[in-house]
Amino acid sequence: MTSANAIELREISKHFGEVIANDKVSLEVKKGEILSLLGENGSGKTTLMNILSGIYYPDQGQILVNGKEVNIRNPKDAFDLGIGMIHQHFKLVDVFTAAENIILGLPGKMKLSMKRITEEINQLTLKYGFQLDPNKKIYDMSVSEKQTVEIVKMLYRGTNILILDEPTAVLTPQETTQLFDVLRNMRDDGKAVIIITHKLNEVLEISDRVSVLRKGVYIGTVDTKDATELSLTEMMVGKKVSLNIERAEPRDTKELLFVKDLTCMNKDGIKVLDHVSFTAFGGEILGIAGIAGSGQKELLESIAGLQNPLSGSSIRYLQKDEDAPQELVGKSAQQIKDMGVSLAFVPEDRLGMGLVGSLGMVGNMMLRSYKRGNSIFTERKAPRELAEEIRERLGVVTPSISTPVRKLSGGNVQKVLVGREISLKPRVLMTAYAVRGLDIHTSYTIYNLLSEEKKKGVAVIYVGEDLDVLLELCDRILVLCGGKVSGIVDARTTTKEEVGLLMTKNEKGGE
Amino acid sequence: MANGNAVNEKKEPFVRIIKCDNTPRWYAWSMRAVAIVFALLICAVVIVAITGLNPLEVYKAMFEGAFGTERRIWITLRDMMILLCVGIALAPAFKMKFWNIGAEGQILVGGCATAACMIYLDNVLPLPALFLVMALTSMAAGAVWGLIPAIFKAKLNTNETLFTLMMNYVAIQITSYCVALWENPYGSNTVGIINSQTKAGWFPTVFGQQYALNVMIVLTLALVMYIYLKHSKHGYEITVIGDSENTARYAGIDVAKVIVRTMLVSGAIAGLSGFIAVAGASHTISVNTAGGRGFTAIIVAWLAKFNTFTMIAISFLLVFLQQGACEIASRFNLNDYASQMITGIILFFILGSEFFINYRLVFRGKMSKEA
Repeated sequence: MTSANAIELREISKHFGEVIANDKVSLEVKKGEILSLLGENGSGKTTLMNILSGIYYPDQGQILVNGKEVNIRNPKDAFDLGIGMIHQHFKLVDVFTAAENIILGLPGKMKLSMKRITEEINQLTLKYGFQLDPNKKIYDMSVSEKQTVEIVKMLYRGTNILILDEPTAVLTPQETTQLFDVLRNMRDDGKAVIIITHKLNEVLEISDRVSVLRKGVYIGTVDTKDATELSLTEMMVGKKVSLNIERAEPRDTKELLFVKDLTCMNKDGIKVLDHVSFTAFGGEILGIAGIAGSGQKELLESIAGLQNPLSGSSIRYLQKDEDAPQELVGKSAQQIKDMGVSLAFVPEDRLGMGLVGSLGMVGNMMLRSYKRGNSIFTERKAPRELAEEIRERLGVVTPSISTPVRKLSGGNVQKVLVGREISLKPRVLMTAYAVRGLDIHTSYTIYNLLSEEKKKGVAVIYVGEDLDVLLELCDRILVLCGGKVSGIVDARTTTKEEVGLLMTKNEKGGE
Repeated sequence: MANGNAVNEKKEPFVRIIKCDNTPRWYAWSMRAVAIVFALLICAVVIVAITGLNPLEVYKAMFEGAFGTERRIWITLRDMMILLCVGIALAPAFKMKFWNIGAEGQILVGGCATAACMIYLDNVLPLPALFLVMALTSMAAGAVWGLIPAIFKAKLNTNETLFTLMMNYVAIQITSYCVALWENPYGSNTVGIINSQTKAGWFPTVFGQQYALNVMIVLTLALVMYIYLKHSKHGYEITVIGDSENTARYAGIDVAKVIVRTMLVSGAIAGLSGFIAVAGASHTISVNTAGGRGFTAIIVAWLAKFNTFTMIAISFLLVFLQQGACEIASRFNLNDYASQMITGIILFFILGSEFFINYRLVFRGKMSKEA
């Protein structure tokens, strides 16, 4: 029995309307191994895993669990078969404790013995090396702790096959190391682990084998020990690509944006930015690192005129060398634009803030230009040309430039947004997670676009989550921690560990 | 592994729903046609089962109710135009995701304003001026009714659904008061036909038709609103806010200003439909002047996805069914509910066909054979 595959997929196909998400994909996962599932955006990884976890039903093909053919009709069937999936968005009840979340939905007696449950959970965490306090409420937890709860929840329910969808996207390097230790312990315990990730170095570090999908088709599986970043990328993309970020030495840098004592509160009156001060230079890329929710969003939105910073905050922008810098705090987005501040902003929430989902590419190009001219009617010719140009240059995959952008895949949505913002020819370009969810090929296109902007003398502010990229792309890195600047380091000389430590600097002492 | 065995015996799901993109247009229309045929068949069964009447006779009566005589055709057109006008009023608000449930009240205050002008100004102003004043006051009244919830929404972020809904009741009370005030003849508890002798403030006949002016006004409005929503900068701002307020703020749109401006337009047009209902149709005012059109028009606006030309077809369908239902109720001496059942069944099928246009059902075992 031990030799049997935990999971075997045979010629699985799944269509969504005209779109083929999976085309006769066959895949094997052994017991006691960690399998990486690799592929570009839209290659069908998530669809395939959703089929395994019962969210979708395949159009064709067979699924074998432990050598027996099964039908997984809904998440409960998957759960009965011991298949558990950790999604990118956690499904936890905020006001419950970890233990309460873990037992939620399980059959049990009227009277619960929380003491016994807590003991059982503690045994599990000890066995696999988790760090978890079962009595801590979810709303008090960091992202990594929440993820731990999700994994323990699965294990507590007897999951033998664990699927993780981009688990490291929200973690610091230290937390990632911890997670990987736990996954290795699970593997050694005979469980099967499938991990979806875009980060090749992690693939090489954690997995035993790597399976690659491309455009819904299964390309092949290799042993990790025989693979390199370059060979895997070639399998994913189908052709040779260079994975180099061209980083030019900053030339003719000049101060463009002066941020001083920027302080913001959120709706609950909690300080999300606390006396943040820095200067952004034209001709350099300033990276902003930090755990998700450390104030990155508020920082960029403050500069864009979408927040209400407290008094005493100051953001000044140097319009012309001979003039004194102008104050931006207290001005609306439109007023900042009217002042002639040339600012482009790629917000984190693409469809919720940067784009209009129900409109096509043309309509979205208009978002930045529709007010031009005195006519009461909108002008569509220029936006249409711009849309065609961006579609061409960035390779946006869309049936037509008038297809609602909501229907495009995440990567293409991002290309539309980034393309439009760069086309503004800004002097300050702010991007929040510009490559989140993008495949490696597109990511490098965007890195190089940003580098080009830098060479033109633009002040680029790059909020990122992948430390390797931050170190390779940026000139300086500002680290945010709990709304405070915990350090500004030279990207050429710093290390991942140093940045990682800065990211968590005052959290241990403070909260 | 007992667990595994249990699951093993589970079969493929009996039926699954699959989304279809790019459904060809002929398929969509033939689906709708099939839906109507099915609706008529089911209705026939219901008619026979409940009333024992010949269903063909009933359908014929329905058709005649709406189109039997020239006068009936014009009445169908008249009612359709008022409903369409309210739909046009709601389109910009709903496109902005501003839930204007208050059209009913906006129609009523518009109607009251019109009636007031007809009663108090008929001897004061020459006819063309009277018309202009009636139209403007009705629009102003409707606009105020739309503006109040809009300002609260823009400044204090109050819930516009409840606010506009409650404004309806205020409008109904005001109308009751006006009816009592203008009661004629005394004791009848109605206003009666206003200016029945002089016909001052009544819509004039155009091309010899009493209701031709209604049709012309509303169709012009439909065209203007179509262009406003589709091609004007205001329309673009409405679309952006309807999709995401944050995106609107990001693009530098003054969200509060657009909300107020759009509700001004929405309320004014709803008020204008009150003007058409009073001066162009009933020549009287009562709490039933709006007659639920403020709510029915929400269906019209949503079904048409705010395309004012599609709204023409939908308001036609609704009014046709309503007229037909009235006719069969009176001709066969049925009560209202029986005829409303028939309208309900037909609507159900037509709306249901949209599901089959966008989705496909796959039954067990079908898919693997197909492939």
